[in-house]
Amino acid sequence: MDLLDFARGPALWTSIAVCILGLAWRLSAILRRPARPDWSEPRSTATSAGALRMIVRRTWHHETFRERTFLSSLNAYAYHVGLALVFFGFLPHIEFVRRLTGLAWPAVPGWLFVLAVAATFVGLGWALIARLTNPVLKLLSGFDDYFSWGVTILPLITGMAVISLALDQPYPARPLAPVPVAIHLLSLELLLVWLPFGKLSHAFLVFLSRGYTGAAFARKGAEP
Amino acid sequence: MSDIDATHPVDLESKRFSIRKPEVRYDKQGERPDSDRLAAAMQAFVQDMGRAAATYLESCIHCGNCAEACHFYVQTGDPKYTPIWKLEPFKQAYKRTVGPFAWLYRALNLKHAVTVEQLQEWQHLLYDSCTVCGRCSMICPMGIDIASLVSQARHGMFAAGLVPHELWAVAERAEREGSPLGATPKVFADRVEWLADDFEVELPLDRPEAEVLVTFSSIEIMKYPASLVATARILQHAGYSWTLSTKGYEATNFGLLSGNAAWQRDMTMKLVDAAIACGAKVLVLPECGHAYTALRWMGANAYGKPLPFRVLHISEFLAENVQNGRLRLQKVPKSLAFHDPCQVSRRGGAVAAPRVVLAALGVELRETRDHGSLGWCCGGGGGVVTIHRADPLRYKAFEIKMSQLDATGAELTVTSCGNCRQTFDDGQAHFGWARTMGSLLELVAANLRD
Ligand code: SF4
Ligand code: SF4
Repeated sequence: MDLLDFARGPALWTSIAVCILGLAWRLSAILRRPARPDWSEPRSTATSAGALRMIVRRTWHHETFRERTFLSSLNAYAYHVGLALVFFGFLPHIEFVRRLTGLAWPAVPGWLFVLAVAATFVGLGWALIARLTNPVLKLLSGFDDYFSWGVTILPLITGMAVISLALDQPYPARPLAPVPVAIHLLSLELLLVWLPFGKLSHAFLVFLSRGYTGAAFARKGAEP
Repeated sequence: MSDIDATHPVDLESKRFSIRKPEVRYDKQGERPDSDRLAAAMQAFVQDMGRAAATYLESCIHCGNCAEACHFYVQTGDPKYTPIWKLEPFKQAYKRTVGPFAWLYRALNLKHAVTVEQLQEWQHLLYDSCTVCGRCSMICPMGIDIASLVSQARHGMFAAGLVPHELWAVAERAEREGSPLGATPKVFADRVEWLADDFEVELPLDRPEAEVLVTFSSIEIMKYPASLVATARILQHAGYSWTLSTKGYEATNFGLLSGNAAWQRDMTMKLVDAAIACGAKVLVLPECGHAYTALRWMGANAYGKPLPFRVLHISEFLAENVQNGRLRLQKVPKSLAFHDPCQVSRRGGAVAAPRVVLAALGVELRETRDHGSLGWCCGGGGGVVTIHRADPLRYKAFEIKMSQLDATGAELTVTSCGNCRQTFDDGQAHFGWARTMGSLLELVAANLRD
């Protein structure tokens, strides 16, 4: 078994398993914590709608906070949307998923892919600079913040090394240069392994956290 | 510490009511080893780490946005006032004890163990520089209700005996005497009698049966007695059978503010028992923000089942009676700016009620740039106004409020919280500000139409 076989085989399945089991453990540990009943007379019983409302409402800041948070929000969107486009919209990635699951969808056009890569790099770079220089972010940041940043940008960097092989070609079953592809895949697997343990889990926790507050606020009739 | 009020009596002379500025501070209550304090704090922390708290403590992405919503950070630029940073010891305790990977955090020391020295340092962050106003909860992209966590973390601080001197002293007095500011049942009864005589209003006390039980805050009882008279006039005008009760009149809850859950419950149960005793259908809370949180949203949980009566903030009571026609008001041809008490508006969901009343008064409402759920705190909530050493910081926070109110150019400024009012009075005196914060309740009482 060479490095690519390893990356495509045991490493891939192990990382997916760690990711799923780790997330399940983390979420179940949260949900196993006790929840006291709330006996107060609700102003509204539409708590599920409240949860959904909060999930949607907090996708963008309230207008009053614009002056202070517009640029950081915009930047967060730049690299989140960029990452999503790169991850889900790049033809070789879709091919990879298709080979594994049989599922496929249309790829994004080449120019949009290039734009997404650029936005993601710039966005993540800016996020790191902000974390290293802004006194609030510096104070809050710890190992998780920097490591999570690292495992997020690593697949992008390793992907750049193989990009010329595949941008305008159909995905070859056996790449001409297997080692860079293997490294790229391994970097993604590192991200998957880390995801349940650090802040990257916010991809899932965001729904729980906004949902809780949204439901509680709706109960009180408070705005999300 | 039982002699604390003899040593530090209540100061009823200044613009804001608290105990007199202590010459020697006792910010560490009782004599016991630090290891005991720490154990008590950790036990209380863990008790509070329910499902919602766990979700929140797992979810923070360290984006720092919450700092931008907090008046203490915005006015100082000091990163330590970042809301979620105020919870760092609580978070450390969580990660090392009940979090999903607690063993890993402990084994690799990924989060340091909490120490008493750290808790002492955090006293300033969890009390002096947090009014539990919840504005930070409105900006968090993860939807974390940071303010709720601060209230929970205060339980651990109280258990460790690490509450700011003044806040501890008034809370202890409230538990022992029934009022944080010396409005004992006897003082209350005397003041009610005096007001009834002087102002020729009926202030029924301890009626065996009544439809409505009215409660006050000791800030009103001791500092704004006109509010008691105003309330009486309004209830009389609306034609209710109502009463006051010497068993349950004090709506402030310093158990909640200081972080003593048992005292909070005691204070709540006095009101609940008094309402049940007179068969009240409605308990009206005074112009007080945290009283609303304590009884309206937390009261039934202290009781252990739904309350057998409705709980209304006075602004909601006024709004209901304006809407059902029992309160008839004359027009006030003035422009007016309203200060939303955080616990009633943002945290309590009663943003609309005062505006219904103001519309009925026909005022030209000039909203501040940020208002309703997004309004700025006056800086004095959460017990902060009692703490003398927090004054300079509180005044900084107050500056935002002053400038936003000034920008409206309104002739009148009113609110519906006595604690906000005294914070405004104190800020007004400090800055020589031209505006005086009035009371919505008193404005209504002065404009009843026959
Ligand atoms: S609750 Fe208010 S005072 Fe406390 S941290 Fe949040 S914004 Fe600041
Ligand atoms: S705004 Fe929310 S997610 Fe961001 S640092 Fe504050 S608490 Fe954490």
